[in-house]
Amino acid sequence: MKAVVLGGTTGIGRALAQRLAARGDAVFLMGLDEADLARSASDLKSRSAGQTRQTGQTRQGGGNVGYAVCNLEKPEGFVAALDAADAALNNFDTVIVTAAMYATQEALEADIELTQRLVTVNYANTVVFCEHVRKRLLSRGGGWLTVFSSVAGDRGRKPVGIYGSSKAGIARYLEALDHKYHTGGLSVLCVKPGFVKTGMTAGLKPPPFAGDPDQVADDVLRAMDARKPILYTPHVWALVMMGIRHLPRFVMRKISF
Amino acid sequence: MTQGKEKLDTPTLSGWGRVAVPGRELASEDLESATRGAALCRGLGRSYGDSSLPATPSDKVVNTTLANRILSFNTETGVMRAEAGLSLGEIIQVFLPRGWFPPVTPGTKFVTLGGAVASDVHGKNHHREGCFGEHVRSMRMRLADDSIVETSPERHPDLFYATIGGMGLVGHILEVEFEMRRIPSGWVLMESQRVHNIGEFLDALALAAPRWPMTMGWIDCLARGNSMGRGILMAGRWAEREETKKPDPPLPLEITFPVELPNWALNPLTAQAFNTAYYWHHVARKQERLVPPDPFFYPLDAILQWNRAYGSRGFTQYQCVLPREAGAAAVREFMDHLTKLGSASPLCVIKDCGPQGKGCLSFPMEGTSIAVDMAISLDIQRIVDRLNEFVIATGGRIYLTKDRFTRPEHFRAMEPRLDAFFAAREKWDPQRRLRSAQSARLFGDKT
Repeated sequence: MKAVVLGGTTGIGRALAQRLAARGDAVFLMGLDEADLARSASDLKSRSAGQTRQTGQTRQGGGNVGYAVCNLEKPEGFVAALDAADAALNNFDTVIVTAAMYATQEALEADIELTQRLVTVNYANTVVFCEHVRKRLLSRGGGWLTVFSSVAGDRGRKPVGIYGSSKAGIARYLEALDHKYHTGGLSVLCVKPGFVKTGMTAGLKPPPFAGDPDQVADDVLRAMDARKPILYTPHVWALVMMGIRHLPRFVMRKISF
Repeated sequence: MTQGKEKLDTPTLSGWGRVAVPGRELASEDLESATRGAALCRGLGRSYGDSSLPATPSDKVVNTTLANRILSFNTETGVMRAEAGLSLGEIIQVFLPRGWFPPVTPGTKFVTLGGAVASDVHGKNHHREGCFGEHVRSMRMRLADDSIVETSPERHPDLFYATIGGMGLVGHILEVEFEMRRIPSGWVLMESQRVHNIGEFLDALALAAPRWPMTMGWIDCLARGNSMGRGILMAGRWAEREETKKPDPPLPLEITFPVELPNWALNPLTAQAFNTAYYWHHVARKQERLVPPDPFFYPLDAILQWNRAYGSRGFTQYQCVLPREAGAAAVREFMDHLTKLGSASPLCVIKDCGPQGKGCLSFPMEGTSIAVDMAISLDIQRIVDRLNEFVIATGGRIYLTKDRFTRPEHFRAMEPRLDAFFAAREKWDPQRRLRSAQSARLFGDKT
């Protein structure tokens, strides 16, 4: 794969980029901070093995890993960042988007500007970014587009109402992309992580079945290799959310989950 | 998950011994920002006792494990620089297939670089390579006054050597630069032999040390009489490429210990049954074979969360080193105390250590190290006290990374180097902003 990871310096994005590099895929990083991107690029360079001793000659260390600043709040920069990725990777075939905003329901309800920023980043601008990617991938015969939604988008739940709605929107968009372009060679994967212990959730109390970034990243790569359209991770969340999707409204009004 | 329940639950932190204290940790990829104003850093929480636990619930504890980036790796010299939360397990996963291995590894690979330095961990190759700290060239640290410095044997040597084995109490480790070792293959050539008693064990360890770069022994600490201290001695070295004639072994499968066992599950009877089976499982008197690195270095890592076997009561490990001058008689006497105190455990490990390292409070010294797991019982304080009194009398010392029950006066008596460590703390953290539950217990840090 020749993969672009938007959000690849932190959390699950970092774990994914590290795995891609370690298994020999070419990676291009996108993120907010140039110094942080440079640090992650050195990490990926050290991890990218090339061939291992198992498969033949040992090639120590991979090539340089490229990166570009790309901010989901600034859609005017998307084209330049994707151009840089195309130049570095000689036309990417994979794009993974883990970047997004998170805030608690209390914070969002108290701050309407924060709400506007969050829904714009998580839905509107992510769709715009993916549309640029879709056109490029389809023009070269397809590829992989993997975007992180959330289990929070599966049902309108009190503690994650606004955040969840932005993730529900992106999940619908990805579903339609899959329906329309799967036969055209575009493998769209919508990832719905449950609670994952990352910097994003630092300070929140982990519920049962909390995952860690490494485990989620392994699941995501397996799902991409199998060209699956949807992934709940850790897997137990598929069952949990199936239950929650079927709870009647009067129950949802009562419970605080 | 409901709000009501969240308010009722007090968040807790615990070490590997599963005894919890109130407190919470902050995890962040940005270790540099997160450590500002922090009292303590902790990595994978494999230290048994209270060294990675907060002195008070309100202390800021930073979990470093998200800071796991490799900043540089020199493919000629093997010098690696990485963020402090990177674990040896992850390093091995990436670099073993490329012919590199950490210079020193403890009995678990679930240890971060920061933790390896703070505990100055030692391994099966201690008699040759010393502790992990011997192979560290430089560190980037956040100090108590919130400044950031680079330290090495040349730059602020007192800070450098107080940090190695300093249990995270002198400054927060942000980055570690150390030397990896080239290995000829992904296989270990292991020689193992059954040993009939403690006297034979000490002889066998002494004989193996010059021949093998890696040695350690498992002891059946429940066997008594003439068989006291019987066990299995394991010695090994990396196999040469031409000795293996096969591709490197696949990465190991890991399973998770599924449930917390009831407290009675591990009792003298079951422990004895396990030990007898394990001893006689080694049918041949002596054998030599190629093994993958994981079962050789990390037999217990194959079962994730094996500490659940001890149940909710939790457990501790007693690890001490008895100096060579005290002789074999002291080791025999120690084993005798241990069996008489009746602390039942299948895990008892013996190793002969090389010379003491440069770390201010680094644990090993020339002599014999013995480590034994013990379930926590009403008797545990008395057992630890008795063992400590014996260790003091022989001129030995204990390993802080395993400790939760040692009394301050006992530690003082076994640690003549303490004044140098206190001087370094006084200089770099005069207000004792950095502290742990262990430093409050042993050094009287105010909480």
